Amino acid sequence: MAEVQFRFRDDEPVADPGVTVDAFGEQTNAAAVRIEPGDDARDLLPHLDRIRLVEVNFPVFGDGRGYSAARILREAGYAGELRAVGEVLIDQLAYMRRCGFDAFAPEAALDPADADAAFGRYGEVYQPTVDGRAPIWAKRHGIAANG
Amino acid sequence: MYKYDQYDQAMVDARVEEFRDQVRRRLDGSLAEEAFRPLRLMNGLYLQLHAYMLRVAVPYGTLNSVQMRALGDIADKYDRGYGHFTTRQNIQYNWIKLEEAADLLADLAKVEMHAIQTSGNCIRNTTSDQFAGAAADEVIDPRPYAELIRQWSTFHPEFSFLPRKFKMAVIASSTDRAAMRLHDIGIEIVRNAAGEIGAAFYVGGGMGRTPMIAPCINAFVPIDQMITYSEACLRVYNRYGRRDNKYKARIKILVHELGKDEYTRQVEEEFAHLLTQGIEPPLAELERIQAHFADPAFETGLSDAIDRTDPDFALWVDRNTHPHKQPGYAIVSISLKPVGGIPGDASADQIRVMGDLALRYSFDELRVTHTQNIVLPHVKQADLYALWQVLQANDLAAANIDRIGDIIACPGLDYCTLANARSIPVAQKISQRMAAKEQEIGELKLKISGCINACGHHHAGHIGILGVDRKGVENYQLLLGGCEGADTSLGQITGPGFDEDGIVGAVERATDFYLAQRADGERFLDTYRRIGMAPFKEAIYG
Repeated sequence: MAEVQFRFRDDEPVADPGVTVDAFGEQTNAAAVRIEPGDDARDLLPHLDRIRLVEVNFPVFGDGRGYSAARILREAGYAGELRAVGEVLIDQLAYMRRCGFDAFAPEAALDPADADAAFGRYGEVYQPTVDGRAPIWAKRHGIAANG
Repeated sequence: MYKYDQYDQAMVDARVEEFRDQVRRRLDGSLAEEAFRPLRLMNGLYLQLHAYMLRVAVPYGTLNSVQMRALGDIADKYDRGYGHFTTRQNIQYNWIKLEEAADLLADLAKVEMHAIQTSGNCIRNTTSDQFAGAAADEVIDPRPYAELIRQWSTFHPEFSFLPRKFKMAVIASSTDRAAMRLHDIGIEIVRNAAGEIGAAFYVGGGMGRTPMIAPCINAFVPIDQMITYSEACLRVYNRYGRRDNKYKARIKILVHELGKDEYTRQVEEEFAHLLTQGIEPPLAELERIQAHFADPAFETGLSDAIDRTDPDFALWVDRNTHPHKQPGYAIVSISLKPVGGIPGDASADQIRVMGDLALRYSFDELRVTHTQNIVLPHVKQADLYALWQVLQANDLAAANIDRIGDIIACPGLDYCTLANARSIPVAQKISQRMAAKEQEIGELKLKISGCINACGHHHAGHIGILGVDRKGVENYQLLLGGCEGADTSLGQITGPGFDEDGIVGAVERATDFYLAQRADGERFLDTYRRIGMAPFKEAIYG
């Protein structure tokens, strides 16, 4: 399993390997789950209180279903670690961060300076998501950020 | 028209720097071509047959003179002195060097322009009615809604790796001038019986190899929920659109396979959830944008009378001007389809001249049309003759809007890596062959694609031509009866295809047959719809 290279949390990382979404409902002691692109993240919603780690796999960077999975979990109030794994590349980091990922375990390690630049590239954003950043329209009209 | 504030400017400036960095990593080898490809595509940069091609966004087709002049200067500085206006109301340049692409984007950013999301599997540049804000028949100016969508869709973090490209159009007139129902999402801004503004959503239209006309999935979404509803449509697509086969990955296939009702049910469910997420911009933001699109200071009390003694001018007025909502003004279409020319091409000088004319005669505004022409939306009738003289002097006065010479054509095999056949030479030959009969034939929309991807909108042409590869030889199929607009229909293939000269002859036989058959006042399309395919087929293949 690839190393976590970037993490934006202070709690202790979960070491358990994630079980599949199908198995997760049965395994009542599991705290880590792994979402594949074809899985429905909403299947996890009844179990959010016992999940501490969700890995979302990107087998290929061009398959963007994991972005929706991440946002759906955060929108439902999931507060544990949300880790992007698989083909996680420099230029997808900022999008992933905006969709609620707070840990990144790329299968090929990324250049730290390039990653740092990517995380901080956009000082402004047009859309509110689940990352709590105030969108441009909120700044224009003096509206406080949600979340 | 819309002016950037410091936030909009910061976004495009950051994008230029990001792209500069991506090119640096590509050139030093740390970024593989495979990973670079979607990134450069999201900045409009394609690798074509001979060079890189850069597609510049013209949001909803609206430009000012400074921007238009800058597009002319870019054609000189980075290309070979011309640009090509596209069916997405954009402009593209065909001879770009990768090393210079970031500088080009920086030049664009100086005039509040960009190439963001003009390609790639993301939400593309939003198109609109080229007569917006000027047409007498619109409910309201659709462009503020398109601008709201532009901002929402720019770098949308969830929807930047969709199954396939995603095209949206916004109109506000039942006379659909933007082929709205042939988009992934078409929005018609409407007013309900209570006088409230809302958005009718048409989802799952498109051309390509499986053309479909979008069904209406919600006839009235309250305007302060339009972005949220769009987000719901996209989320269902991002999660469930097919990713196993790129030819079945567009949203039209999802809507078709699920069925309109089931897709709509899923959207409504997601919509109900997203309404709790506070993602809709406040109405104050829409109002802020709308203030940018206030009417210019039209003069009042002007006469619509013009001197028509010059017959060439009178013909041009009849063909290339359209009714304006303000008495004494006209909407002017500048045809980029001279006889034998390359549809949509303009030289750097012509681009700058059109910019200057907009400043002088059209309250500093131009539009790019999906038919690859340019519109000056607000011209005083009294200025038309002077304007026309300048157009004539610059080879921009072709009097053929919506005539057979006003051909839409994709770049085809002369430029495009996807194409199976050349489009441009066919367009040029048809334009030359039919020029003498053009006025007699009347309205006839002819559209040519060089492959099944249908960038030249051949499905929607009264006459459509599709170039295919048949055993290594270019072959052209003929379609009849397509139409965009309020009565959208898809063209039907007549029969066996033709070679390059054969297709020109077939078009002529079809139009000659129409001239012989037409009843009073009938357009080509009307006659075809009345008498059907069979007699046309006989005339064509005889």
